[in-house]
Amino acid sequence: MRELRIHGRGGQGSVTAAELIATAAFTAGVYSQAFPAFGVERRGAPVQAFVRFSDEKIRLRSQIYEPDYIIVQDSTLIRDVNVFAGMSEGGIAIINTEKEGTYNLPKGVKLIVIDATKIALEEIGLPITNTTLMGAFAAASGEITLEALEGAIKERFDAKLADSNIAAAKRAYAMVKEGHV
Amino acid sequence: MTMEIMEGSIAIAETVRLCRPQVISAYPITPQTHIVEGLASIVADGRLDAEYICVESEFSALSACIGASAAGSRVYSATTSQGLALMAEVVFNSAGMRLPIVMGIANRAISAPLSIWNDQQDSIMMRDSGWIQLYAEDNQEAIDMHILAYKVCEDHNILLPAFVCFDGFILSHVYEPIDLPSQELVDSFLGPFNPYQKLDAKDPISFGMYATPEYYLEFRYEHDQAVKRAADAIKKYGKEFGEIFGRDYSELVVGYKLEDAETAIVAMGSICGTVKDAIDEMRAEGKKVGLLNLRCFRPFPSTDVAKALAHVNTIAVLDKNVSLGAKGAVAIEIKEACYGSNIPVYDYILGLGGRDVRKRDIKKIVELAEKGEGDMFYGLREEVL
Repeated sequence: MRELRIHGRGGQGSVTAAELIATAAFTAGVYSQAFPAFGVERRGAPVQAFVRFSDEKIRLRSQIYEPDYIIVQDSTLIRDVNVFAGMSEGGIAIINTEKEGTYNLPKGVKLIVIDATKIALEEIGLPITNTTLMGAFAAASGEITLEALEGAIKERFDAKLADSNIAAAKRAYAMVKEGHV
Repeated sequence: MTMEIMEGSIAIAETVRLCRPQVISAYPITPQTHIVEGLASIVADGRLDAEYICVESEFSALSACIGASAAGSRVYSATTSQGLALMAEVVFNSAGMRLPIVMGIANRAISAPLSIWNDQQDSIMMRDSGWIQLYAEDNQEAIDMHILAYKVCEDHNILLPAFVCFDGFILSHVYEPIDLPSQELVDSFLGPFNPYQKLDAKDPISFGMYATPEYYLEFRYEHDQAVKRAADAIKKYGKEFGEIFGRDYSELVVGYKLEDAETAIVAMGSICGTVKDAIDEMRAEGKKVGLLNLRCFRPFPSTDVAKALAHVNTIAVLDKNVSLGAKGAVAIEIKEACYGSNIPVYDYILGLGGRDVRKRDIKKIVELAEKGEGDMFYGLREEVL
């Protein structure tokens, strides 16, 4: 079983990202589970969402403490939340930031830094970075394919919004694949 | 069988649609909200020919269900926590009137202090109301139990309302694969509602009349007998359900690696999934641990429990509720069921108000039980006491 933890702030679409990633994974043939850690439901507050991937039916219901992957939608969270908690060798951390900082990265964790806000603003016209980071996650982890991700986005959003979000996801996917991050 | 991935609440709303209720009345409350929003959309979009009655409170929601059910309609409601507490009078009334209402409970803690998060105190609070109580381990069970509940409740030999309980957020808000049955299969299992009796201006009858001291005791006896009969009805229709849908519900208690277990964990609801994963890890270390999953809390399957646990050395009960001043409600029942067996039964109150329960907690509880340490709140943060 592989586990993903998404860190974001209320309103950034972390829960939606978890649901779409789980949907994309399931349509491509693995069991998946997505769920939020609901706290105080207000914009800007730190939130977490979780995804599990497995070849067998998933029974585990606890939150995720030792993730294989993390996505950080807002790098300012790193000041207040230990986003890397529980990560170990072989893990992948995807961080949205315009300027790479010095992170207290556990040994052996691969860091992918991407300016998802810039991509989202250019492609979608809004600083909502979840779909962009999903593209980066697909490329970095191999847990979901770009095609399945496109399908999940199309199912969730109306056509126009889906197109711009897919464009953002594709751009991030290509950047990670080509190592431009 | 076609598996789809969807949110638990949406899967439940779609399943309720398949059961073809004619009247739905509910009041939104976290974490049940997505279910009633989903049903409101389904009715508004014309995907279900039902009356959706908007009300100003949970008290009214279930009151409307009483009227509709007594008039001969199949009805549905859903609630949780404070909503269920506000309904209390109507919960007992609907059961006493022997109306086959099905209500989803997205289990949540009770105030005060305010908590929107999961435990099972809310449905346990209604333990003595005369409703059937089923508990789902995952969303597949949650939707299957909705269909099964209508079948059991509407049996003319039963005529009772039922809670289908599923852990709030943990199940209601999780996306996971579901086999949503076809309308044809649900229709073939359930058929249209055939009320035993109904309100009819041409042939007037009354529900919930005065019962003088000459009659009240007998009403309560018959109600109690009906709840007890529901055990066999659930088994019978649970087997029939399995033959049609491929998932068996003919047992009220389900063992997991229990046959040769020395220590048994007893639990209800979604925590059973985490317990199973913990058991697999403990088994790999050579520890003979098993699970007894209680799918049905009312009627309480005492004989089935005693039989399933007869061979174990130690019983650890996980209670996501507490009868303050006594023990957890499940442990009280398990002790009664195992009375005379000399198997020690230890109670662990845990996971209240959304406190996360991990595999390591289950392992720790097994260690405590095997050392004879129990009847405690597990996982207390001593520094805040």
